[in-house]
Amino acid sequence: MKGLAIRNQRAFASGALFLAFAVFFFVTALQYPAGTAAKMGPGYFPRALAIVLAAIGLVVILSAVKPAAEAQALRRWDLKGLAWITGSVVLFGALLFPLGLVGALFVLVMVSSRASPEFTWTGALANAAVLIVLCLAVFVYGLGLPLPVWPSFLN
Amino acid sequence: MDLFHNLAIGFATAAQPANLLYAFFGCLLGTLIGVLPGLGPLATIAMLLPITYALQPDAALIMLAGIYYGAQYGGSTTAIVVNLPGESSSVVTTIDGYQMAKQGRAGVALATAAIGSFFAGCVATLALAALAGPLTATALLFGPKEFFALMILGLILASVLSSGPFIEGIGMVVLGMLLSLVGTDLNSGSQRFAFGVPQLFDGLDFVPLAMGIFGFAEIVKNLEQDDKLSLVTQKITNLFPTREDFRRMVPAILRGTALGTLLGVLPGGGAVLSSFASYTLEKKLSRYPEQFGKGAIEGVAGPESANNAGAQTSFIPLLTLGVPSNVVMALMIGAMNIHNIHPGPEVMTKNPTLFWGLIVSMWVGNLMLLILNLPLVGLWVKLLTIPYRYLFPAIMVFCSIGVYSINSGTFEVYEAAVFCVFGYVLVKLQLPAAPLLLGLVLGPAIEENFRRAMVLSRGDAMVLFTSPLSASLLAAAAIAILLIMLPTIRARREEALQE
Repeated sequence: MKGLAIRNQRAFASGALFLAFAVFFFVTALQYPAGTAAKMGPGYFPRALAIVLAAIGLVVILSAVKPAAEAQALRRWDLKGLAWITGSVVLFGALLFPLGLVGALFVLVMVSSRASPEFTWTGALANAAVLIVLCLAVFVYGLGLPLPVWPSFLN
Repeated sequence: MDLFHNLAIGFATAAQPANLLYAFFGCLLGTLIGVLPGLGPLATIAMLLPITYALQPDAALIMLAGIYYGAQYGGSTTAIVVNLPGESSSVVTTIDGYQMAKQGRAGVALATAAIGSFFAGCVATLALAALAGPLTATALLFGPKEFFALMILGLILASVLSSGPFIEGIGMVVLGMLLSLVGTDLNSGSQRFAFGVPQLFDGLDFVPLAMGIFGFAEIVKNLEQDDKLSLVTQKITNLFPTREDFRRMVPAILRGTALGTLLGVLPGGGAVLSSFASYTLEKKLSRYPEQFGKGAIEGVAGPESANNAGAQTSFIPLLTLGVPSNVVMALMIGAMNIHNIHPGPEVMTKNPTLFWGLIVSMWVGNLMLLILNLPLVGLWVKLLTIPYRYLFPAIMVFCSIGVYSINSGTFEVYEAAVFCVFGYVLVKLQLPAAPLLLGLVLGPAIEENFRRAMVLSRGDAMVLFTSPLSASLLAAAAIAILLIMLPTIRARREEALQE
């Protein structure tokens, strides 16, 4: 199998992603009764779709290793930016009830701002202040959304 | 005439002060996010969706629609002044619009885009009003197998028209459909792929997914590429096109409008496709093809008319058949569901004031946009001087509050965080996200109609091909796949869809 080189890394990874999802859904769907074509159970459609997706995944993988495939490398990953952004969202979810909207928004703005290469403390602090006031005015007082504004220990 | 009677109902609804206000608000917001690169109508509508819960249904839909077509106006401003598409539908406008700006004709280019958009908006509103009745009547001929075939056609076309290899687009559609199966199976009542998590029993919510992929992951992507904005520094003075400009722009506007009106209706169509097609057409037909890329006014007039027409007529399949033609329309389904309105032929009969009010509001909105955009263009350009490092935390804040507000719970916030990571993987693998979302939205209806059709035919799949209507829809889908396999068309498509 020496002739099989992964010429198109991007397509190969895409195909592998499809295949992995297909296997996951197919195996999970085995727990549900399939029924027959005339009287389908909850497992029929998921299995059919998973088989289609697996086939697509295989075609994409094959197209990535065939000798005529266009050579394409994977793009560089910037895990730092992703971590700051995703982390700030998770923190917002975790802190909204204990800290209230004001505190959670402050953390969200400060943490997500770190993702920018042009981060400055004063800029981020000012931005956080403006956005918190804006959100309180629009969402809490304007639209009356049921959001906890202050930390729970103050109530 | 029925049409005039219906339009009168629409005017009565659209002209209510509250609805006028929300139309204005939608258009204003649409222009704003249209001008700002990196924030599109999709993320904005997803962001505001939960908040519309507090509004009247007609006000909510009028506002959300205003965001979509308002963004088409705003997008052209950025394209012309900064050479950066504010929206993906104004990518082609950058080509000639920015050249016109460099020649000191930014004002004329902006006016051309606004006039073209306004004209196209008026025609598309009329087309929507005129076609709605007949198409709704056709919808009554549709049974489960016809709906199944129509949705398959829509999904195939959406993959054909998405960027990247066709097979990967289809893969994303199927993956989206699989994700849509999470939750309670309506036929048997049993749980699928929920793994005992009660929040998943109602299925994966569309909004956290859209927000994670098109809101958060988009920010990570934007932060990686540091495009420096190159503003055209000179003041925008002369807005008035010359007589010669008018002579050249009018036919382009007419053609762009016609093309956009047609392509918007197509499943998988909408604003982006229309603008690309119009640019190609104008370049082909022009007596001055050598001027394209160097500031040809047709290159602005055609695509800008086409994208606005396409944005509006893409409401036709949604309102008449209940089938979204693109992802923004899929979000509109979400908005309708919040207010217990089921998109499809019943909207027109059960909610005539909402239906016609929405259509007429589009015309009213276009008028507002003309006023918002031309005299105030200087203000919008100023907006572009806000650095992205202040802008993206604001997007994060609005998205997070929007996601939380879906159910007043933090589960959706974590869901959005997961899909942020997933969306970033898609960016890196260059897999298109739009087909995934369409598959997610249409998945349950496809399964439902497929199962019903199979029950009726006692498990005989051939029934899909024996009914003339469903057979021709499936044949159209097959032809689309065959066409895309042809090498010449494949090369053309790659050229047109590359970005």
